[in-house]
Amino acid sequence: MAEMNFRWAITYAMQEEMERDENVFLIGEDVGKPGGAFGMSRGLFDRFGEWRVRDTPISEEAFMGLAAGAALVGLRPIVEIMFMDFIMVAMEPLCNQAAKFRYAYGGAVKVPMVVRALYGAGWGAAAHHSQSLEAWFVHCPGLKVVAPSGAYDAKGLLKASIRDDNPVVFLEHKLLLPVKEEVPEQEYLVPLGRAAIKREGSDVSIVAWGWQVQEALRAAAQLAEEGIQAEVVDLRSLSPLDEETILNSVRKTGRLVVVQEAPAPCGFASEVICLVSEKAMEYLDAPPKRVTAFFAPMPSGPLEKYIIPQQDDIISGVQEVCR
Amino acid sequence: MARELTKEKLLELYRLLVLAREYELLLSDVSKQGKLPGWIHSALGQEAAGVAAGACLERDDYLVPAHRTRPSQIAKGMDLKLLTAEIYGKVTGLSKGRGGEMHICDPGCRILGSGGIVGQVVPIALGIAYAIKYRGGKEVVLCDFGEGATNTGVFHESMNMAALWRLPLIFFCENNQYAEFTRVDHHISVKDVATRASAYGIPGTIVDGNHVTATYQAVAEAMDRARAGDGPTFIEAVTYRWSGHFEGDPAKYRSPEEVEEWKKRDAIPRFRDELVHKGILNDDLVREIEASVKRQIEEAVRFAEQSPLPTMAQTLTDVYA
Repeated sequence: MAEMNFRWAITYAMQEEMERDENVFLIGEDVGKPGGAFGMSRGLFDRFGEWRVRDTPISEEAFMGLAAGAALVGLRPIVEIMFMDFIMVAMEPLCNQAAKFRYAYGGAVKVPMVVRALYGAGWGAAAHHSQSLEAWFVHCPGLKVVAPSGAYDAKGLLKASIRDDNPVVFLEHKLLLPVKEEVPEQEYLVPLGRAAIKREGSDVSIVAWGWQVQEALRAAAQLAEEGIQAEVVDLRSLSPLDEETILNSVRKTGRLVVVQEAPAPCGFASEVICLVSEKAMEYLDAPPKRVTAFFAPMPSGPLEKYIIPQQDDIISGVQEVCR
Repeated sequence: MARELTKEKLLELYRLLVLAREYELLLSDVSKQGKLPGWIHSALGQEAAGVAAGACLERDDYLVPAHRTRPSQIAKGMDLKLLTAEIYGKVTGLSKGRGGEMHICDPGCRILGSGGIVGQVVPIALGIAYAIKYRGGKEVVLCDFGEGATNTGVFHESMNMAALWRLPLIFFCENNQYAEFTRVDHHISVKDVATRASAYGIPGTIVDGNHVTATYQAVAEAMDRARAGDGPTFIEAVTYRWSGHFEGDPAKYRSPEEVEEWKKRDAIPRFRDELVHKGILNDDLVREIEASVKRQIEEAVRFAEQSPLPTMAQTLTDVYA
């Protein structure tokens, strides 16, 4: 096993799937010769050529629709959305077309496509380059939503997403890109819809996904020093959701903190707490807690730390429910 | 290159034209009688454009239709029984009764991508055309939409990419003079919609959409270009919507005189007279065609009426593959 950063895990997952299946192609802004704005497709253009690594004009709406159309006739597009914030101009073909084709056509078609979106704050890039919009897509029937927290899961989940016959929104947090993890050399897949316990604990369950899992793990390490054993549940997939792993963890710990980088109202943290309220309320020893962003757009530069949850916020959230 | 239209082909076009007309009339009737669960966006009056486009496509070519494009779908070969069952909301329909008039799909006929959002069929057609060229295929995609769609951003984005990559795509615009309740000159900044193609270096052709063979030849020429690898063509088929935006729309936004004026340019008597003049059609044949069309529609309606509605369990499937 070698260490690999998250960025290369994504690149190699695409490369392996493109080698395995000639129907897989990548499309997005600057993904060709330049190798992507974040370097996620370095080397792919030279290896596969312009038709399989397609640079597009700045036309997110049309190339998202293009992917849906190509998927309808059996190709397996991977769409790169350079900053997840840009996906708003492509909501229509993704949520109204790709997500609904199969159902609206009575099951006559499949729409196998992956939308890789670079999301999240941490770069001080302000209101249009920093958002975490996962909840918008979880709300849409027909879509799957995946958010890995490290290189190992990123590679296995992306390969599984590419092989999935449904449209998958695949979130890549920008702060994760340089983070290294052991990644096996032989092929492996990580199935969609299964959470992972990233740290075992008995006192409280911290549920998170994407970059916030890293924050939760650091918070958990610090909490251990003051005698609180936190279990960190990494959801990995938000839709489909691994309800059992969440419920089992809460049944064990009796306490729940959910961390998300997005603002609270109608966010995914609310969904997790709702699930636990409906199915494991009797196991809770304290009211559950959301640790989320402040309800405001993202400001520029260092100001973003006033908006998004910090490690200290997770710690105080846990202390509150463990009081 | 203009196609040689054989006597058989001309008679087939005439039959399809009558079928498309009678079918729209039927839907209008049953809609008024409250027999349909959803809306009807009638193509009455503009059938020739769609019939020409659908009939010109070969079996392996793709049609990406919009919400007022039954004539092209029927002419491409869609099964009338399955289409009718769908519009009646029956489980035997093309989309198991859940798609309704706007979400019609027939992969076997290579008719894919229709929906209820104006303009959004265009990038879907772009994607199918991309897939064809990606695989080195020779098929062509025809996207059938109205002039209203040419005001969406995604239409322009798609034109640009289709031209950039020389995709085998025909932008077939049925200019029926009205986008919902508003006349074309209130919404479109240019006199001829086809001039929009020039911004992307795409040939833009204007054709009389109420003339079935003229439109057919324009589509044939665009198909030749596409198959030769010369990229997309935009065709503006100028026609007129006799009905309102939807069945039941009183269409008070236009004068009865205007409608009457356009009805004088009805494609059916024009084409019939042409064929009679050429000695291809006569009164007996006309009656025979009308009778066979009537039988075909009756059979489709019978199938739809006798089919069951979907159950709850049948309605909850296929959200995911």
